[in-house]
Amino acid sequence: MDLLGFIIICVKVLLVFAATLFTVLIMIYAERRVSAFIQGRLGPNRVGPQGLLQPIADGIKFLMKEDIIPAGVDKPIFILAPAILLIPALMTFAVIPFGSDITLFGRQIPLQVADVNVGILYVLALTSIGVYGIVLAGWSSNNKYSLLGGLRSAAQLISYELAMGLAVVSIILLSGSLKLNDIIADQQGYLLSWNVFKQPLAFIIFLIAVYAETNRLPFDLSEAEQELVGGYHTEYSSIKFSMFFMAEYANMITAAALTVTLFFGGWDVPLINETSLGIWGTVLSVSSFILKMGFFLFLFIWVRWTFPRFRYDQLMKLGWKVMLPIALLNIFITAGYLTITALI
Amino acid sequence: MATIIKSYEPTFWDKLYIPALVKGLMVTIKHFFRRKVTVQYPDEHHIPPEGYRGLHRLNKFPEGRIKCVACEMCSAACPADCIHIIPGPAPWDEGNERYPVRFDIDLLRCIFCGFCEMACPEEAIELTEIYDFSDYTREGLIIDKDGLLEVYELTKDKNYYSRKNDNKESET
Repeated sequence: MDLLGFIIICVKVLLVFAATLFTVLIMIYAERRVSAFIQGRLGPNRVGPQGLLQPIADGIKFLMKEDIIPAGVDKPIFILAPAILLIPALMTFAVIPFGSDITLFGRQIPLQVADVNVGILYVLALTSIGVYGIVLAGWSSNNKYSLLGGLRSAAQLISYELAMGLAVVSIILLSGSLKLNDIIADQQGYLLSWNVFKQPLAFIIFLIAVYAETNRLPFDLSEAEQELVGGYHTEYSSIKFSMFFMAEYANMITAAALTVTLFFGGWDVPLINETSLGIWGTVLSVSSFILKMGFFLFLFIWVRWTFPRFRYDQLMKLGWKVMLPIALLNIFITAGYLTITALI
Repeated sequence: MATIIKSYEPTFWDKLYIPALVKGLMVTIKHFFRRKVTVQYPDEHHIPPEGYRGLHRLNKFPEGRIKCVACEMCSAACPADCIHIIPGPAPWDEGNERYPVRFDIDLLRCIFCGFCEMACPEEAIELTEIYDFSDYTREGLIIDKDGLLEVYELTKDKNYYSRKNDNKESET
């Protein structure tokens, strides 16, 4: 690899990393503001214009707080757990294409950190690693509530990973590739060529599973504060606690980006061929990606204040008895349709 | 005659839950755009409704004399026993012959029931709309005659809080 290529990759890595962390900051602000607005309150509006500097104030507060490691915890794992959760959460964004190719310095640069040809598997694998963070945090805390939270989270993720994976399979059947770029290319063209319209059932299953995967309401049983104090992060304080928070938001960002990529054509703007427009095509595609992702991030908060939490048996029933059969049926229909059209 | 009440059988559409979920989302998004109820307190003040029972005041006649005749009806009516009056002969020639030498109200004991206001034959003691009074000591919350008369000066135009809100707006 030549020097320029190396520099370009470094810049892309830094850019995506910074953008993800910046979005986490925005999400921390948006979560509090939107929550307040839905409840008829104003929310934080004192630090900076409209309270925009609130996440920075929160960050400083977290850094200044005493980092307590309670007696009786399994120290190495206790310290490692937040990192195990946060690092995969931040790594997932690497394979997600966030814009059409851009031509700079006489070479074509894809707006994606790594064009892995099993991109979707990479994402699913990393989100599964994140569970270890939660389970280990719950176990190492030497606290029954934490342990319960961790176990609940593990069981929940396994149940919903299945339905989510099967929903993704029907998309893979359509595009014929595990590469996220191919999946996006498959959805180019008309509005109706987006996968939401081709696979509405898979979209609904995927969306619900994503909420369970990210431990967000209505599936936030692993941190159900009415029952479990704080769940797996009960014993954590200071920057370690904030790492759990950042991981949750990073997971949400990845989930939103993945939803957009799989079902809403990624950076695609319907009826426009972005690659033929040069630099403006790139700007258009990136802003379309950000807009779509923003909507799904908003939906996360919106849903949080609309639906009550599931009971644990309801959660398991929904996962195994409803979502899984429907996802299987959907694959059956998709595969059948594809076989028949191939034969004709 | 016994009536047979049919329990509601959910239709297929109901069992899908998706329409209900969308309906719920619409309710919350409506609240998102609603007017916010927050009163940003030190900057703006909530104006209590007419008849609010807040801090006490002692009324004065237009010429400046105190209306109270130290009959001690209010302290007798007080269920919390927080009004302490020491009566004395009035120093002025015309008008009331008695007046309170001391008139102390222990605001920490007061339950703001308004019985003193009702008991007063001279309409001398009244509860005002002021709700934000506080102090660092217990002693600081025992208000004396001068304090009560001062409250009258502050609240006689019934615009204690609206005046404060207006001042804040003209500052910015």
